[in-house]
Amino acid sequence: MSFSATLRDVTLKYRDSDALADVDLELEAGKIYGLLGRNGAGKTSLLSLLAAFRKPTSGEILVGGEPVWENAGIVSRVALIREGGDFDDSDTVKSAIETGQIRPGFDTAYALKLAERFELPLKKKVRELSRGKRSILAAVCGLAARAELTMFDEVHLGMDAPTRDAFYKELLAEYMDRPHTVILSTHLIDEVANYLEEVVILDKGRILRHEEVEVFQNMGATLTGPAAAVDEIAAGLEILAEQQLGGTKSTTVAAFEAGTRERAAAAGLEIGPVGLQDLFIHLTEPNRNGA
Amino acid sequence: MFDDGTPIYRQIADQIKAEIMNGSLEPGGKVMSTNQYAAFYQINPATAQKAFRELVDEGVLYKQRGVGMFVAEDARERLAADFRERFFERVLAPLVQEARQAGISLTDIIDYLEAQEGARK
Repeated sequence: MSFSATLRDVTLKYRDSDALADVDLELEAGKIYGLLGRNGAGKTSLLSLLAAFRKPTSGEILVGGEPVWENAGIVSRVALIREGGDFDDSDTVKSAIETGQIRPGFDTAYALKLAERFELPLKKKVRELSRGKRSILAAVCGLAARAELTMFDEVHLGMDAPTRDAFYKELLAEYMDRPHTVILSTHLIDEVANYLEEVVILDKGRILRHEEVEVFQNMGATLTGPAAAVDEIAAGLEILAEQQLGGTKSTTVAAFEAGTRERAAAAGLEIGPVGLQDLFIHLTEPNRNGA
Repeated sequence: MFDDGTPIYRQIADQIKAEIMNGSLEPGGKVMSTNQYAAFYQINPATAQKAFRELVDEGVLYKQRGVGMFVAEDARERLAADFRERFFERVLAPLVQEARQAGISLTDIIDYLEAQEGARK
């Protein structure tokens, strides 16, 4: 079984400011979601609500179809992994791993296998670990929790590139082995894009976009060529960015449809793809009007 | 592994088509599972599934419940027309355009191709 997650008209206030404002979000069970947003956009707040670490100021949060707050049956099968984990520093790595056994689904043998694969020193104290190793320990506990909803909040921080790669591989293998719902909150967007089925972009406490990943991959294009020709094709389209070098202009546009692509190709313009990361940067640009 | 411009599921579908055309996938032969594709390319299984769904819709693959996905007996014939069309559209048309920009005449190209063909014989 895997859990769906629903937020209905959720607002979360810290003192006077809204961390989240009127958020409606429906995440179907059994998919891998990317949660993207700039620092302070509300990603961690949203995940904390789903894990029942916090109570919303108003609104309703359902996980697996049930209210999640003070619902031990659900919460024990939801895992939120934060950067660096939530460990007791004086524990050894081995006993930190074994703490996971309070969860019904926790697979200790799998955790120890992962610990070996990622070269975690079992006898060392948690406080003696480097930042990278600590992140790995957190990720290992998250994978081995075998939860129905697993959320990784910037857990990649501190991991080097080969370790991140191994982590994504392991995550995908675990997901295929045992379908469940996964939310990855990250800044390394292009690195995880292929693993995602849907993407949610949070901006200033609100949902800016929620689409299948392919929608984003087809959304934008960069047109390069003689300035006049580029302007002619880009006219009427939503322009995300422009730069010019002499007579050559390069314009990034959104909502790039097949017909426009043909016209651009016929005009001899070079058509470049816009990666999810670049699109995200444009979409969450502070000076941008509308969405 | 993938180019950025085309959706990944389409690139996978295209690759399976190419494998059928070049004979590495035989008519009636079994295709690897969605999960095997996902693990190999390190992509979301839903993406691989989308590629398969497209190929089933086009009649290139067919599904046998509980067993897996197979190459249709007439897949090669179905694809041949497609490939022919795409060859002219995506390979020859840009080639002709580029030649024009470089001032190369159609006759020059034909002479070149004939010389190549002659060298092969």
